[in-house]
Amino acid sequence: MKVVLEHLTKIFPSRDKDKSAEVVAVNDFNLEIPDGKLIGLLGPSGCGKSTTLFMISGLQAPTSGKIFFGEDEVTTLAPENRGIGLVFQNYALYPHMTVQQNILFPLQNLKGENRLSKEEMLTRANEVAKLVQIDKFMNRKPSELSGGQQQRVAIARALVKMPRVLLLDEPLSNLDARLRLQTREEIRRIQRDTQITTIFVTHDQEEAMSISDYIVVMKLGVIMQTGKPQWVYDDPANLFVAKFLGTPPINVFTGKVENEKLYIGDEAVLDVKGVEDQEVYIGVRPEGFLLNANGKLTCSVSGIDVMGRDISVVSTNAASLNPVVRSIIAADEMGNVAGEVKFNLKEHKVFVFNKETEERVYFGKQVAAHEEMVAQMKAEGQNVTPHNGPLPREADDKVQDNRPAEQQQGFSGKVKGAFARVKGVFTKKKGTAEEEAQSAPEETADKAESEAKE
Amino acid sequence: MSKTKEKPKNNWRAWLYLAPALIILLVFTVWPIINTVRIAFLNSYNGLAERGGATFEFGFYNFEYVVSISGFSRSLGNTLLITVITVPVSTMLALLIAVALNSIKPFRKIFQTIFFLPYVTNAIAIGMVFFAMFHTVTLGSQTLSTGIINSIIQAFGGKPVNWIDAGSSWGHNMAVVCIYIIWNALPFKILVLLGGLQSVNKQYYDAAKVDGASRFRIFWRITVPMLSPMIAYVVITGFIGGFKEYNSVVGILGETMGPAGGDRQLNTMAGCIYDSLNDGFQGYAAAAALILFAIIFAVTMINLYVSKKKVHY
Repeated sequence: MKVVLEHLTKIFPSRDKDKSAEVVAVNDFNLEIPDGKLIGLLGPSGCGKSTTLFMISGLQAPTSGKIFFGEDEVTTLAPENRGIGLVFQNYALYPHMTVQQNILFPLQNLKGENRLSKEEMLTRANEVAKLVQIDKFMNRKPSELSGGQQQRVAIARALVKMPRVLLLDEPLSNLDARLRLQTREEIRRIQRDTQITTIFVTHDQEEAMSISDYIVVMKLGVIMQTGKPQWVYDDPANLFVAKFLGTPPINVFTGKVENEKLYIGDEAVLDVKGVEDQEVYIGVRPEGFLLNANGKLTCSVSGIDVMGRDISVVSTNAASLNPVVRSIIAADEMGNVAGEVKFNLKEHKVFVFNKETEERVYFGKQVAAHEEMVAQMKAEGQNVTPHNGPLPREADDKVQDNRPAEQQQGFSGKVKGAFARVKGVFTKKKGTAEEEAQSAPEETADKAESEAKE
Repeated sequence: MSKTKEKPKNNWRAWLYLAPALIILLVFTVWPIINTVRIAFLNSYNGLAERGGATFEFGFYNFEYVVSISGFSRSLGNTLLITVITVPVSTMLALLIAVALNSIKPFRKIFQTIFFLPYVTNAIAIGMVFFAMFHTVTLGSQTLSTGIINSIIQAFGGKPVNWIDAGSSWGHNMAVVCIYIIWNALPFKILVLLGGLQSVNKQYYDAAKVDGASRFRIFWRITVPMLSPMIAYVVITGFIGGFKEYNSVVGILGETMGPAGGDRQLNTMAGCIYDSLNDGFQGYAAAAALILFAIIFAVTMINLYVSKKKVHY
């Protein structure tokens, strides 16, 4: 069952009449989810991913926009008539019922023609229980099961009435690390076996990357990028996506493009043909560093984390916006790492973002690679430009400069900060109302989401 | 336990803090209980006589006497009936009202206050109000004035009923008393159940909604089991309260424990105890109190046993 979301918007009204206190949890959300795929909605808390899921489930009504399951519009349909299965973050298993009663419950609610005989219900429950491998525990109460087993019961309960769409709200967040790994494989397997279109919400990028066919990265209710996990990792559309994906996180430097050369600090690190002069942020994946005695980027080493096969070099650079620069290199080069190190950068691991818009600036081979990916995504029916207008920003949402003030270039940190704030006020005045709504502080969005969940 | 063993030097401090409560409990609760047991087994015990130097034999005469008097079995019957009627009815009503209150937003506070009025009002005062409501003043065959209940009955074309006045029947008396007790028992039960409802995780209701459960099924399969600990608590305390019922009868019917000039036809177990006290035979009263205690104890044990099986988690 294909799921289509058209201009989906959810606004939580403020408690009083003050319009500016409204929270736009989901903002003009357009997405087409192909039949039988597993989609991960990914984003920091308060980005509206759970709200989106609850709107698809029917537990929350959208402020505007439409939801389609296949060709049917379901926007105003009650949850029980949508044919969805929903797994809650803390499972919401009925504590007073046994596993079997829990799984049978949705079937027992069916009425009229859909009503099954008792034997059919039991067979169906047993089938589903086998699928999720909890058939041994049918007579236990949820409290007598481990977290992972409870999770599977919850999935079984969601699957038993053969939903058209399966929705999972942070299904792994209550499990320990080992179980999480195991359960996410399990979810992937069950989804493949049943071929049910599945949408799953998480704030854990690793989780989303590992099991999703597509991921949708969200921020402040707006889609930042969609695509296959590897694409999104390899070709982030903006600074937010680049920073959100990847462990260890991407290294962000401040720099500039001048005469088709990319500068980190004062060091020209790469040639960027065809790129206009501008102030930029430069993101470099930890695996994008090459140790080289004549390297173009100089960093001073402050430590080494040994990881076996690789080592992670922790160093500092004046232009880095992160407190430290993390680079992963092969372990046999450890001997060369001390004091000052020089790196060359792998071109395809370096992402350049315009400082104003934080949108990606493609250069060199990246241009062709990006175009190829876009073409592929279009062929698979994915929307390529998910957000309309400028990227959502919070009022004070400047990229954080974590360096000590004296290291920051140009004006001192304080003056620079004040300048940025003044500029923020100006652009805000010019911006549309929509922009203003988008810039609602994340805190309130967070609150609204947790309230909505309740 | 092990902690106090490790640090015995701090013990005196704990006892010091506990002392005021312990002393008051010992003097006003523990000693009276022990004394009651003692008195109950002293044949025909009388406090005044004991002061005068009389001694009493140890024996079971008090119990034999209390059980043999004619009012006793009727009091026991009345008490049982009151309990069996009022506890289930008031619990069910309270449950429905609590669920209704929980599902409305606009006037919840006002309704909560209204339902809570009986709880903060003196039982005897409400009893007198009930008396006025059901009262009818007659002279010979002529009705001089009627209470509001009879007025309503008359307005609908019925005949006025002699609810509680002289010559009224046991059944009518019992009906009024039960209505009073049920109404009076509601607020506490509503309070407990409403608190329970508000602590039920909303996600269960969302899950049930997604699972397509009807409102009725959500009530029976989700709400009631989730509330079962509170329901058990309310039922058990209800039973205990029901067996100790006394002031409602006094409030409505007066110390005659029945219509004026009657033969105490609505007397209760607690009433029996007071009667014996009034007669000056504390021994009989103590024996009756112990019998009542035994009954309440047994019923509570049964309640706990049943609720252990039925109450979820």
